[in-house]
Amino acid sequence: MKQNLSAFVVGLIFAVGLGISGMTQPQKVIGFLDLTAWNPSLIFVMVGAILVHAAVYPLVRRRPSPLLAESFQVPSRREISPSLLAGAFLFGLGWGIGGYCPGPAITSLSSGTYQVLLFVAMMLIGMLVYRKAEPYIPLRK
Amino acid sequence: MEEMFLMPLLGGVLIGLAATLMLFFNGRVMGVSGIINGLLSYSKGDMGWRIAFVLGVLAGGLVLNIANPELFANTTERSMGLIALAGFLVGFGTIMGSGCTSGHGVCGISRFSPRSLMATVTFIVSGIIAATGLNALFL
Repeated sequence: MKQNLSAFVVGLIFAVGLGISGMTQPQKVIGFLDLTAWNPSLIFVMVGAILVHAAVYPLVRRRPSPLLAESFQVPSRREISPSLLAGAFLFGLGWGIGGYCPGPAITSLSSGTYQVLLFVAMMLIGMLVYRKAEPYIPLRK
Repeated sequence: MEEMFLMPLLGGVLIGLAATLMLFFNGRVMGVSGIINGLLSYSKGDMGWRIAFVLGVLAGGLVLNIANPELFANTTERSMGLIALAGFLVGFGTIMGSGCTSGHGVCGISRFSPRSLMATVTFIVSGIIAATGLNALFL
């Protein structure tokens, strides 16, 4: 299916972008988040990405539909919820500890280092644990 | 100078391009944690493009690794325990928080989503707390 091909190409470009940007080097990420030894370079990654995407986003949304799919499936919720904030906070802690977030972690799997393998394995476990625990967590999603 | 500014910017531009193509072709948000969460749901008919995306990311990583393995160098010296904790927090937190740096930070902010803006500020703040705290403790 053409959607699968486009998704594959998107993943490829994304990974190359991550590698070029330095996001696959955890010390660069931690250097950005560590105020005692600040390396601002990661700001430019987000700036570059947002400038491009924000500029073109309204143009793409003017279309009645995407090129290969029936409709746009973009989240529409606007309210700030407790789970959003708590989850983001926990994610950030993990990001600052390990220097990896999901995209760079998957991209780095090819390097086969034990750090990446361990990180990704635990990331998947964390995801599965939350999914199972969610009904028992007393926070509005 | 180049390394500090040009390469991160260029990488960011490619990331923004990828997110735009995902939206234009597939009508989807390029949020990695959300894409993986969808795989874990194993819902019929919704798996193909997610698997293809992950394969694309893996393939990209392979190409990068062949071109320059230094791109994956990890000199942080974090212990196994800390790395395991980090992975768990990232997995748990991204699903609870409905997104990560690509989903909230790039895609959400680009469409001025108040949720994504707040989420991004939050995970950057807690990232700073964790990184600064850990490195201060070990000094």
